[in-house]
Amino acid sequence: METFEGKVWLLGDDIDTDIIIPTEYLALKTVQDMAPYAFSPLRPELAGQITPGDIIVAGKNFGCGSSREQAPEVIKALGIRCVIAGSFARIFFRNAINNGLLLIENADLHDAVAEGDRIEVRVGSEILAGGRSFPISSLPQNLLDILEAGGLVKAMQKLNGIR
Amino acid sequence: MGATLIEKIIRRNTGIGTAKAGDIVTVNASRVMIHDIFIPFVADKFEEMGFKKIWDPDKVVLIYDHLVPASQIDDTRHFKVGDAFAEKYGPIHVHRSDGICHQLMPELGYVKPGDVVFGTDSHTVTYGCVGAFSTGIGYTEMASILGTGKLWIRVPETIRVNVNGQLPDGVTAKDVILTIIGDLRADGATYQSLEFIGDTFDHMSVDSRMTISNMTVEAGAKCGLFKPDLRTALYSGLEDDEVLEALIPDDDAVYARVLNYRAEDFEPVMACPSQVDNIHPVRELAEKDIAVDQVFIGSCTNGRLEDLEAAAAVLYGQHVAPFVKLIVTPASRSIYRRAADAGILDVLMEAGAIVTHPSCGLCCGRTGGILTDGEVVVATNNRNFLGRMGTSKVQIYLSSPITAATCALTGKITVPEGVD
Amino acid sequence: MGMTIAEKIIALAAGVPAAKAGEIHTVELDYLMSNDGTTHLTVGMYNELKHPRIADKKKLVWIVDHNVPCDSVKTAASQKKMRDFARANGITFYEGEGVCHQVMAEKYVAPGQLIFGADSHTCSYGALGAFGTGVGCTDYLYGMVTGTSWVLVPETLRFNLHGKLRDGVTARDLMLTIIGRISANGANYMAMEFGGAGLHSLTMSDRFSICNLAVEAGAKTALMEVDDATMAFLEEHGGRAPKACFAPDEDAEYAKVYDIDLGEIVPVVAKPHFVDNVCPVSELEEEVKINEAFLGSCNNGRLQELRLGAEIIKGKKVAPGVRFLVVPASRDVYRDALEEGILDTFMEAGAIVMNPNCSVCWGSCQGVIGEGEVLVSTGTRNFKGRAGHKDSFVYLASAATVTASAIAGKIVTADEL
Repeated sequence: METFEGKVWLLGDDIDTDIIIPTEYLALKTVQDMAPYAFSPLRPELAGQITPGDIIVAGKNFGCGSSREQAPEVIKALGIRCVIAGSFARIFFRNAINNGLLLIENADLHDAVAEGDRIEVRVGSEILAGGRSFPISSLPQNLLDILEAGGLVKAMQKLNGIR
Repeated sequence: MGATLIEKIIRRNTGIGTAKAGDIVTVNASRVMIHDIFIPFVADKFEEMGFKKIWDPDKVVLIYDHLVPASQIDDTRHFKVGDAFAEKYGPIHVHRSDGICHQLMPELGYVKPGDVVFGTDSHTVTYGCVGAFSTGIGYTEMASILGTGKLWIRVPETIRVNVNGQLPDGVTAKDVILTIIGDLRADGATYQSLEFIGDTFDHMSVDSRMTISNMTVEAGAKCGLFKPDLRTALYSGLEDDEVLEALIPDDDAVYARVLNYRAEDFEPVMACPSQVDNIHPVRELAEKDIAVDQVFIGSCTNGRLEDLEAAAAVLYGQHVAPFVKLIVTPASRSIYRRAADAGILDVLMEAGAIVTHPSCGLCCGRTGGILTDGEVVVATNNRNFLGRMGTSKVQIYLSSPITAATCALTGKITVPEGVD
Repeated sequence: MGMTIAEKIIALAAGVPAAKAGEIHTVELDYLMSNDGTTHLTVGMYNELKHPRIADKKKLVWIVDHNVPCDSVKTAASQKKMRDFARANGITFYEGEGVCHQVMAEKYVAPGQLIFGADSHTCSYGALGAFGTGVGCTDYLYGMVTGTSWVLVPETLRFNLHGKLRDGVTARDLMLTIIGRISANGANYMAMEFGGAGLHSLTMSDRFSICNLAVEAGAKTALMEVDDATMAFLEEHGGRAPKACFAPDEDAEYAKVYDIDLGEIVPVVAKPHFVDNVCPVSELEEEVKINEAFLGSCNNGRLQELRLGAEIIKGKKVAPGVRFLVVPASRDVYRDALEEGILDTFMEAGAIVMNPNCSVCWGSCQGVIGEGEVLVSTGTRNFKGRAGHKDSFVYLASAATVTASAIAGKIVTADEL
């Protein structure tokens, strides 16, 4: 199983899709154009501070709100390695998997880490933070299949025999 | 073992007679909806995936509503891409300025009881009002459905919400769903189906049910379903009763949770800044003397004829408070025309309202009454997230059209007249 | 020596027996109109003054009309600044009532007045025999503080109108033709004065359309003689009394006199990107496909033009893919159009009916056009980028031509449908 380490950005409960990427910027042409505005209603400076490999740790119901797939895409575009939250809203969850953004559910980590902490993630097994272990479960097989194919687009390309 | 309503719909759709909560099944899309904001992304992904044709063009509905009228220079690019996509892979159904997608889908008969429908918008859950399983998805999944006609889903568990009795005067479906969301919290129904049963709902118009289904996603729900009945049959133009009979949840269905309410206990409420589950009775807020700068009546939640009529009844012969803006955006072309014909629009105009063309308007926060720091808006739509209608220092309160119209008259948060 | 109408109005406002082109006079202003395009700037300057005061708040009329409902946080902030100031200082304030010039015409303007507006199309008020002219924020602020201003008395171009417009030809075709003839700076600093027997055949709505566009020929103002139609308009709109009804003296001195036979006017368009780039619709070299059509504005959003459009589109549909925005010029116009069923006709045809405001004419907020797109419009200007993307194309035409084009999907006259 894959293991990596990263710096924590700590966010609260109910981080909605309008916070992740406000409607105002949705008609910009590319996700790269939108990325600088990620999280701007809540923390306008955050997008500029995130560096590739960082990890977002949030409370419950991360990604609630609209179906905008730009939400996981801008997070990925900022170089976030994975999002760990108490729980995820369902459309966001599907969109993230379909775009190959790793999501991990853990209810306890949020209260046990501080922003700037470095944590280690052992995918499918545990998170190590401040000397403690936080167990994580693995995803259902059908989702692993999509992740394994490299996202839904690639899975469909395979279906259409162009890969 | 008995089945819930969502299990019945999925069994009917898949032919898997044993499908139950927790199962992962592949469903057949009865219809799909794509709106203007996401069509360029859907079109890109569709081609990137290598599809050459749409599985069934007649089942695809493309609706321009978020960017109507265009307010930014690149907005019309979305129409251009949409028109080109329709031209290349059609004939699909295209609506270019007829109203909000979630209003049009049931209103124009694109969604019928028992259907399974996906849309590139979280409020696709609205179609549960006619007993259809409908839910929002991203544009990548939409592209894959356009090619295959299918999508995998996990059959959701169900939270059953029983409401019986008669709602008090001045209390509407909006107050009911806001109260339920406050009780469930914003993630209380995540991945789950909400099933609304009881004589209160039996006596509700399909329009009011639409308000309730529309907001179920604010509790995280995958769908919010009403058992189709004669009202539904009339609304959807059903010709036989087969569907109605097939879509009755079993008495021994298994529910994850059951909530029971007495209709008489509901009162006018508001979702306070900046979470939809931050619910407080209007009577408590009214004591705080909260000045209101703007009122918005519209959206797929509350822009229907009965909503405009309720607002007009409050405003009739009076004028909105000085310096308060009242913006009214009917949910569809046909609602606008019926409201015009019934004299409702004129009552609203006489009271000082700004009546706009049917579209998403202020609810999607791109135009239609954007606000700035320190301003307070009372709105009838479905979300009050930080920054949704302007800067992050705008305070958004969500309410029913009756409460909203009352606030427009007084210029502050006020309990509607006739409420005990 | 005799005086033109402009000279007479300035003399009256200056309290002198006579005024003559080229003189500078200090005048008492009757109204000062300002809209959300610039009022926040005026407020900013006012707040910097050492001894801020408002000479007479009853003379100030502030109207939010350019971005209604508000379309961005930036305009929301500037409108709030305007609203808060109006509220704190007791200034007459409208928001969502309609385009400023239409609201002024319906509620305030009377013959013989001298009015400053912080908007170039303030020259519209000449239809009611009032001297209206556009000014910048600094001039506006001076007027706001002192109630007065200085004006250079303009020379006048006289237009004698003869005969009657033919069926299917509108006042807008007439004025665009005149601008095409005298060019976009043909009336620089001057007043355009309209009179003659032909004037009486024109409705008030026609007259507003004509005076409104005077600034597109560079004019400081436009003026028309007051007649029965003017008085009837005032009567219908609150019964305002004229300040003075002026006709020019027989021996008034004009920079130039034009005689125009209304019967010779044909439907025209002003092609991109200049208002004086005018040619008859029939002489357009090639087919002009359109993406959007706009019927509205202070120039052409009154009941008369909406009626004309509705008659043409009744029972027909907007061409697929064409956006047809219909925007009544004021709340009163909207309600009348609603009652007459005109708006329903447009809605049935597939048009987009918006709330009264500047809309497409102002090029932001509503109906913004994209790269390479073509708009046919009853708005006031077709400058490059006026309606959206810098590489887009605006043709100005009459309500009849615009509506016919929306149906055909390309620029045509109503006769060609």
